Order: sequence, then C-alpha cells, then structure tokens
Amino acid sequence: MINRDLVIVGGGPAGLSAAKIAIDAGMKVTIVERFNQLGGQLIKQTHKFFGSQLQYAKTRGFDIANILIDDLAGYDNLEILLDATCVAMYPDKVLTIYQNNKYMKYKAKSVIIATGASEKFLAFENNDLPGIYGAGAVQTLMNIYGIKPGKEVVMIGSGNIGLIVSYQLIQAGVKVKALVEAASKVGGYLVHAAKLKRLGVDILLNTTVKKAIGKEKLEKVVTVKLDDNWQEIANTEKEIKTDALCISVGLSPLHQLMSMAGAKMLDVSELGGYVPKKSCDYETTIPNVYACGDVTGIEEASSAMVEGKITGLMAVKHLGFKLDNMEKLEADLNDQLCILRQGPCGEKIRCGLKKVGEIYD
Amino acid sequence: MRINEHPIIDFDHSKKIHFTYNGKSMFGYEGDTIAAALFDNGIRYFSDSVIYKRPRGLYCAIGNCGSCNMQVNGEDNVKTCMTLLEENMEVISEISEDKDD
Ligand SMILES: Cc1cc2nc3c(=O)[nH]c(=O)nc-3n(C[C@H](O)[C@H](O)[C@H](O)COP(=O)(O)OP(=O)(O)OC[C@H]3O[C@@H](n4cnc5c(N)ncnc54)[C@H](O)[C@@H]3O)c2cc1C
Ligand code: FES
Repeated sequence: MINRDLVIVGGGPAGLSAAKIAIDAGMKVTIVERFNQLGGQLIKQTHKFFGSQLQYAKTRGFDIANILIDDLAGYDNLEILLDATCVAMYPDKVLTIYQNNKYMKYKAKSVIIATGASEKFLAFENNDLPGIYGAGAVQTLMNIYGIKPGKEVVMIGSGNIGLIVSYQLIQAGVKVKALVEAASKVGGYLVHAAKLKRLGVDILLNTTVKKAIGKEKLEKVVTVKLDDNWQEIANTEKEIKTDALCISVGLSPLHQLMSMAGAKMLDVSELGGYVPKKSCDYETTIPNVYACGDVTGIEEASSAMVEGKITGLMAVKHLGFKLDNMEKLEADLNDQLCILRQGPCGEKIRCGLKKVGEIYD
Repeated sequence: MRINEHPIIDFDHSKKIHFTYNGKSMFGYEGDTIAAALFDNGIRYFSDSVIYKRPRGLYCAIGNCGSCNMQVNGEDNVKTCMTLLEENMEVISEISEDKDD
C-alpha cells in the first residue's frame, strides 16, 4: 500500500490545476492519468480559447496544456503516473490503479476526482459500422496522430464541439459534407457556425440520421427531417455518400469512481448526467473526497481550471497544510467562477449547480 | 491517409516503424498507435462483435470501448488505439473466418 496526502484522478486542466496548489503547500501528491500524456481534452484543441484572460483566453488549447504541465516541473513531492487507470475507489479512500499489467493500491488522505466526461452515443440503425466515430476519436486521430478519419465526413450535432471539430476537419483537408442538427437552431456559438457556412458547409437543421449503410464499413448515411416534436417526417429521407460519420451529441460526466465508493450522486440534466452532491467546500458526501471540472458538470476548461484550484485549496485546508493568503485566494477564485458563469450563457450551468448544492444569486 | 500539411500542427513523420498486419508488411511512424498506423494503411474493419459477429472498427480512440481489439505479438484483445507501434510487431485482426454470409 502506497500512502499519499492527495491522489488526483485525471490529468486534464482540472486535475493539473488542483495539483499545482497542493504541491505548493507541500502535500505529497500523485496524479493518475490513463493516457500517455497529461492535458486531458486540451491536447486535442488547436483553436484559440474563449473566456477570460486569467484563464489563458486567446491561447490555443494545447498550449494551455503545456503551460499547466510546465507549472508542475521540479517538485519532488509530486508523482505523475501515465498510462495508469484508476479502476476502483473505496469509501476509505483506497484506490486501485492499473498500470503496465499490474494493479497497485494507494491509500490517500484526500482524493480529487477530475476524470472529465465521456461522449454520448446516438441510436440509429447500423450505428456500429466501422467509419462511425465519436468527435473525440476524430480529434485524437487528426490532432495527435496526424491521420484523416476519412475522405469525407458527415457531422451530427451543432454544439460547440461539433462546430469546432468540423472546422478542424476542414483544416486537416477533409471535406465536411453536411452538419446535421435535430433542433431548429445551431447549438454552439454563432461565430463558429458562421465560419463553417463561409467555408460552404451545409448545415441541415431539424434533421437527424436515420440509418447508416455499408457492408464492412460506412458507405452512406440516410438523413430524415424532424418536426417540432422531434418526430420523423415521412418521405423526407435523403442519402448522403460518405466514408465517415462523426457523432457529437454531448458529453456525460465520468462519475463511476464516486458512485462506486458510495458518494451521493444526483441526476442533473443541465450538468450532463450523474454528478456528485457537493458541500460548499467542493467535498462530496465522502469526507476528504472532492470533485472538479467536467465530472461535476459539463462546462469549459476555464471553469475546470478554477474549480481545480479551489478543490486543491480545500484539500490543503482540510488536512492542515498552509499557503500564503489562503482566504484571499479562495475568495478570488470563487469570484472568478461567478464571472465565468454570468449572463445568459451561464444560465443552464447555474441552474444545474443549484441542484447539487452550489449557491448562485 | 496522413495529414501532410496542417496550418497549425507540425507532425513528425521522420522515423518509419515496420510491422505486419495479417501477415502483410506495412509501416507507420514513430509515435503512432497500432490503430493510427492501420488507418493510414486504409484498414477500417478491425474486429467482429462477440455474439453477432458484426464488423467493428475504431470508435473512441481512447481505450474506452474495446472495439479496436486485435491480436498483437500473440496476445489477444489488445486495445490497438492505446498501444504504440513497435518495430516488427505482428498484428492480427480479430475477424472471425466462419461467418455465415
Ligand atoms: C472540441 C472541443 C472544444 C473545446 N473548446 C473549449 C474552449 O474554447 N474553451 C474552453 O474553456 N473549453 C473548451 N472545451 C472544453 C474543455 O476542453 C473541457 O471542459 C475541459 O477539458 C474539462 O477539463 P477536465 O480536467 O474536467 O476534464 P478532461 O480534460 O476531460 O480531463 C480528464 C482526464 O482524466 C483522465 N481520466 C478519466 N478517467 C480516468 C481514470 N479512471 N483513471 C485515470 N485517468 C482518468 C482522462 O484521460 C483525461 O485526461 C472544448 C472541448 C472540446 C472537446
Ligand atoms: S477504439 Fe475504443 S478502445 Fe480502442
């Protein structure tokens, strides 16, 4: 059994930001990351980020990852486990970690869960054909390995991810044949949509994919028009020839470790699915187990970084470690979150967070 | 299909790595996962689903789904999207031969 003051599960923007605070306070920390690099979703983002200056807005996603990773260099109280998956968490904060075909046990005084989210799937006939991918897989292939997912792509979903990945496909030299959206308007920011329209992408609203056609791999998709109640309209089917279909219909939090350890979970649709009930100190219902980032509600890297710092600070505080100006830092971070969640864009997340115990006026 | 020119990212395709796929010689580049190298070689059909033997390919690319499993150097059910390509690897698809159709 390996003992630590803090184990952080997930090396995305939330987990990395939490780690920085905790190691600065002198805690013995381990970060567990299942991929072979740190950075989470950020390493696949080639676009310049939205948000505020404090959270590196206007910087490209993968550059933000590098800033966060560089911040952790040179600490001998930090251990980073890559290619390592946390497969179990128990109520006494024992964690099972799988790395190099071996299982290891860690006993932590505190745990921060920052596992992010996984993609939602869409039900239609033959949705398991090779050539049909989640948007994350398409990004991984293109932006990490430099491989095109196909010659042509049909994208499902016009949220920010669907819009941005469509743009990234065009940058990589892939033709985006159509972007299909079930709702009557585009879900993501209009600037992204306008960019695609200028590049000649067909955005098909009130439309979904009814089935995929192909023998050993995707050859065609059949779209169908939807009415205002999202019911299919007869005889509006249309075939589109394509060798790739990319599904981007939202994310849901990777809550499993907390559910497994018995933390109280709530199903909150505004946050994307099962999320932990939290105290105002970001603690789940298991003492000294905290959660931050997309796993507590699908949001943005900007808020994930601030939440990460707050949970890091809470772990520091509750175990009696010290940092300079702790109260001021805590107040500043909470202010930053409020600013990020202001206005109509933050409405949904504010409403969701109220349900799990965070207060917004 | 490699991305040869990209406005933002530079890909390092300098070191070739050789491997075999179902006995056929192929190559990828250092840093590729097995799945990435297979994709570049035009392979999309990786395995069959367990019960209904439906064709499966890469789906999540991050080790979540198991849809990219293949036999690698004699070991079954290796996630090819998570395993880096190595010189002289022997990769065999998990496609069943005794399909009805
Ligand atoms: C296409 C796209 C565009 C985006 N654009 C923007 C933008 O412009 N501005 C913005 O602010 N945000 C943007 N985001 C959102 C942002 O990337 C995410 O909100 C953010 O990455 C969430 O951070 P996180 O640390 O919570 O999770 P993640 O970044 O998902 O990191 C979680 C990490 O945990 C690891 N993990 C999960 N389970 C385990 C386990 N059991 N054991 C070990 N490791 C595990 C994962 O491998 C991953 O590395 C975008 C996202 C996408 C996909
Ligand atoms: S494609 Fe999902 S595990 Fe490899």
